[in-house]
Amino acid sequence: MTAVSDRGVELDLATVTRPTVEDLLYREAALLDDWDLDGWLRLWAAGPTRYVVPCNDTPDGDPAQDLVLIDDDELRMRLRVERLNSRKAHREYPHSRTNHQIYNVMLAPVRDGELPVTASFTVWRFRGGKASSYVGRHYYRLVAVDGELRIRAKRAVLDMTELRPAGDLAIIL
Amino acid sequence: MTLIDNSPAEMSRLAGFPLVDEDPEHHRFRVHRDTMTSERVFSGELDRIFNHCWLYVGHESEVRNPGDYVRRPVGNKPVFMVRGVRSGKVHVFHNTCTHRGAVVCRQRSGNAKVFQCFYHAWTFDSEGALKGVPGRDAYGDKLDFDALALKSVARVESYRGFVFCCFDPDAPDLVSYLAGAREYLDLVVDSADGDMEIIKGTNEYCIDANWKLLAENSVDGYHALPTHDTYFKYLVALGTDLSGGVSGGVHDLGNGHAVLEYSAPWGRPIAKWEPLFGEHARDEIATMRADLVAKHGEARAARMADTNRNMLIFPNLVVNDIMAVTVRTFMPLSPSRMDVTAWQLAPRGELPQLRQRRLDSFLTFLGPAGFATPDDVEALESCQQGFNSGGVEWNDISRGMAREPHGDDEAQMRTFWRRWAGQMGPAGCSAVSR
Repeated sequence: MTAVSDRGVELDLATVTRPTVEDLLYREAALLDDWDLDGWLRLWAAGPTRYVVPCNDTPDGDPAQDLVLIDDDELRMRLRVERLNSRKAHREYPHSRTNHQIYNVMLAPVRDGELPVTASFTVWRFRGGKASSYVGRHYYRLVAVDGELRIRAKRAVLDMTELRPAGDLAIIL
Repeated sequence: MTLIDNSPAEMSRLAGFPLVDEDPEHHRFRVHRDTMTSERVFSGELDRIFNHCWLYVGHESEVRNPGDYVRRPVGNKPVFMVRGVRSGKVHVFHNTCTHRGAVVCRQRSGNAKVFQCFYHAWTFDSEGALKGVPGRDAYGDKLDFDALALKSVARVESYRGFVFCCFDPDAPDLVSYLAGAREYLDLVVDSADGDMEIIKGTNEYCIDANWKLLAENSVDGYHALPTHDTYFKYLVALGTDLSGGVSGGVHDLGNGHAVLEYSAPWGRPIAKWEPLFGEHARDEIATMRADLVAKHGEARAARMADTNRNMLIFPNLVVNDIMAVTVRTFMPLSPSRMDVTAWQLAPRGELPQLRQRRLDSFLTFLGPAGFATPDDVEALESCQQGFNSGGVEWNDISRGMAREPHGDDEAQMRTFWRRWAGQMGPAGCSAVSR
């Protein structure tokens, strides 16, 4: 059982269990589906963070040298949220209805103070009578902050050979 | 009773008013919305435009080594581009076995000495020659196997690394076709000392809108401020000064090609500093700029370093040299849907920190998950939906007709549409009377 900071107990990443991780990922999915993007940002650790989505044809793409779809550091992530919260992000105003589904959650051994987690995802996006879906796998690196799990990095690798069936990627996966 | 009457009398009865209507006296240029919605116009375009114009295939850097290949559709036809092992020449082949049709290049990209059709194991070399036929003795000795080589696309030429093909054997040569667009490709390539490469990773997305809406949008300065408000807010958040705004002019490059050349608030990896690049990059970018001045003189260097160019090469190639260099092509799948494919072009062997800066710059604006492109997608789809509303028959493209056109006027779109009308011919460019 994990303990929380107000009880003065540190969270030991090595003892974190899958249900605890799933709680975080489900909470993230719910915040995204509710378009509570400011709440979503609060799931991230302070300091350097990274949200990356490689191009469909380059799943191993390195954002430092290859073209990717998204390569957000903490600043760009915050500005992406600001953009999506505004009425001027035309592609997402009005917002899509989304359903973020997370499954096949697996934990790997803690490394350098981070808990690597992989999880499959299907994200459904409905807007203006059109349905599209994004399928792939998330690669998370989670950290313990004040007794709670927080996201340090998230890489969403799409399985679709092309983005075309979904059109664009204006939402957050 | 015949269902379809193709007789000249019937065709002339059907041919109504022209779909592109230019009336300089009244400062009016308008395009009928049938051009965006009609199946008849769409099938006419596939034939009269995409089967006769030069189309972009890819960049030579994608097939740098002998045997390197990439597979992709061009003009909705699956083809592949390969650098011949013996000749070193870049070929573009129809991706179909000359025997019974199966595709012979089945990987997206790679390196190969031979391409073997898996169906009956016919094998072709990287120059297209048929090298292997299992059980050849079953064929008569008069059968000409040389004639069963892979079929090259009718015309294949490249200009400074940009490879084009044309399905019309009688088309003019590529350089004549490019006309004034050549100089603008030169500007891009020369700013990188002549050695550019396509960065790994492809943006392949889709828009539920007519392809000509993206041709217009790619060179549309008028929409930048209203549509891309969130992008400019982003720049402001980073400390960019927007007071200069977007200003410049447009040039008709001939053959339907046009370019918008302008100054804008954003930075350029070569070579205009902006806060996004970080303080540490100031000196480095100043050095790059000085280097360009030394090589090309102040005037040309200023164009390379400071100004932005959105260029449309008729019919469906866009080379935008803006906050990064993007090469984008698009192809209609129907009157109301297109595939878009975009790459990023960069100097080969660029220093890692420069490359990172360029990638950052690209992603802030461009791409299907960028801070601006999705809103263009929305605008185009919104137009297409609006066309279905009926009531209004024409799009108005008259902005700037009564003055020397500014960068945010619509002269470049008029250039495109005139060529479009010319290419479609009087029959293809007329409304069916209803």
